[in-house]
Amino acid sequence: MSITDSPPRAGTRTARRRRSSDRGFNRGFRWIAVGAGVLILVVLAAVALFLLWQAWPALTAGGDELAAEVPRFPADTSFLGYVGPLVFGTLLAAVLALCLAVPVAIGIALFISHYSPRRLSQVLGYLVDLLAAIPSVVYGLWGFLVLAPVLTPFWLWLNENLSWIPLYGGQASTTGRAMATVGVVLAVMILPIITAVSREVFLQTPKLHEEAALALGATRWEVVRTAVLPFGRSGVISAAMLGLGRALGETMAVLMIISPGFSYSLDILAAGQHQTIAAYIAADFPESTGLGINTLIAAGLVLFVITLAVNMTARWIVARRKEFSGAN
Amino acid sequence: MSAATASTTTSDATERTRALLTTADSGRRRTDRAMQVLIWCAFALAMVPLVWLLWTVTTEGIGRMSIDFLTLSTRNIFGGDPGGGIYHAIMGTLIITGIAAAISVPVGILTAIYLVEYGKGWLARSVTFFVDVMTGIPSIVAGLFAFSLFALFLGPSAQMGMMGAVALSVLMIPVVVRSCEEMLKLVPNELREASYALGVPKWLTIVKVVLRTSVAGLTTGVLLSVARVIGETAPLLVTVGVTDSINFNPFDGRMMTLPVFSYRQYHQGYAPCPAGESASCVADIAFQNAWGAALVLIGIVLLLNLVGRLVNRWFSPKLR
Repeated sequence: MSITDSPPRAGTRTARRRRSSDRGFNRGFRWIAVGAGVLILVVLAAVALFLLWQAWPALTAGGDELAAEVPRFPADTSFLGYVGPLVFGTLLAAVLALCLAVPVAIGIALFISHYSPRRLSQVLGYLVDLLAAIPSVVYGLWGFLVLAPVLTPFWLWLNENLSWIPLYGGQASTTGRAMATVGVVLAVMILPIITAVSREVFLQTPKLHEEAALALGATRWEVVRTAVLPFGRSGVISAAMLGLGRALGETMAVLMIISPGFSYSLDILAAGQHQTIAAYIAADFPESTGLGINTLIAAGLVLFVITLAVNMTARWIVARRKEFSGAN
Repeated sequence: MSAATASTTTSDATERTRALLTTADSGRRRTDRAMQVLIWCAFALAMVPLVWLLWTVTTEGIGRMSIDFLTLSTRNIFGGDPGGGIYHAIMGTLIITGIAAAISVPVGILTAIYLVEYGKGWLARSVTFFVDVMTGIPSIVAGLFAFSLFALFLGPSAQMGMMGAVALSVLMIPVVVRSCEEMLKLVPNELREASYALGVPKWLTIVKVVLRTSVAGLTTGVLLSVARVIGETAPLLVTVGVTDSINFNPFDGRMMTLPVFSYRQYHQGYAPCPAGESASCVADIAFQNAWGAALVLIGIVLLLNLVGRLVNRWFSPKLR
């Protein structure tokens, strides 16, 4: 507390005072806080650098060398040919989950922001957030032991009657260990994040817009359609992208449910066709050594780059919206 | 002639307008009703997996609950032996998550303080942006990062609890920052200004006024972020490995954790029992163990969530 005890002399007063408020504990505390902020940037950079460092031997090695040293590495291909089907499987799972989750999430967000009783809305929000709190390994257990047997007859029916649609073709799995089941489980897992972000945006809709629509005789749905949804569109898009990021990186649920395979097949009801990067790493990492580990980390680096791009785009949309939205 | 026609059309139009205005528009109302039902259904649809999952885990896991299950490890337990328990996994989870929290909470709260109290210019903007981006890092990538980091010092075969804690804190820090930032922003500026007016330096204002006012919210944020990472499986599978023994030392050797235990048991599948079911050999004991561990894990997560919400509700100052 000895910071302002000496009266500053005239002339140097302003300079003194400015400096005197940033001395001793004040300065130390500020530097600690700034340091914590910088540390986060350093950590993110370190994640990228360390992954790159460990992945480098696999990225620079030739296809033959990798095939010789890495188990389950397909012959006559390069690293790209090896990681390609995995990227395809990852994207397929994520897009499938997104298609299922986004309409439901928008419905839930609207329900909480505009339809539910005001007093209940916070509690209902907690309930949806609980879906995010449940560990992914529990989703995996439930998805494989409980959900898959329930969904299998439905998948078989789709396969029998609608197999002319490319997605439902092929030989349907009789155990439900297919991409379709994974898509359903992932959709449940990413519901909370999409709901939470969309809900925030819907709640920011200017009250005047809604009241103007009501004054013109609009029904509640017309208010939503003409005032809330257009206002929240970019927010919903970024929410969907954040959900996409989550779905891309999800490991355990995929690992425990899917029966893995490496192909570019679109048959989401068939077993042994797809695998995602994250699940592949988790499955093979404990048994890998040497160049095998480098290869897996290189696959992880690919996943990191994909999710980073998706998340940065999503956050960029949100940030841009914040700047230009005149409503707040 | 033409005037008469004009007057009839005018009166027709008036009639029609009047009819439009006085009778209800059934089409629009029907759409409104249908959308209302759809939106209620969307919410109900989301509750189905939540209730179903909690119900399954409870009913499947409750049968395995006993003092033995909670206080023994699975050392020397093979095949369908229904003995053993998850004590080693519970301790591993608590130790690793505890270390992760000890790393993440100071860094997270200090970063939140930086963003709210000091943050200006490009540095604050990029920290905010990259914290948001960091919340989207896949958990397995965090595990690979911890592996690579420790491989630099200890070689590629190292596996220990500390690596898992580092991986978890990479996942936890952004969550802590986000929630604590929101809480610090809720502290009214009048309180800070009143403190400055009394001649209190800025750092003391932050410690004694800002943090004191928001301590309940910060506790909630920390508890919820612990609940977020305590169920992470993939990074621990990569960095900490599996063991059947009790290991309290996070710097030495593998540790078991609840989610990894659950996964391992699931992975084992059915045990071959020679003479059918008996007291010493239960064929689906691994699945029972997996559900039991899942029940304990979900219990911890729900408890953390509940305590977090209640702390915020009961102890946060009323700012109205």
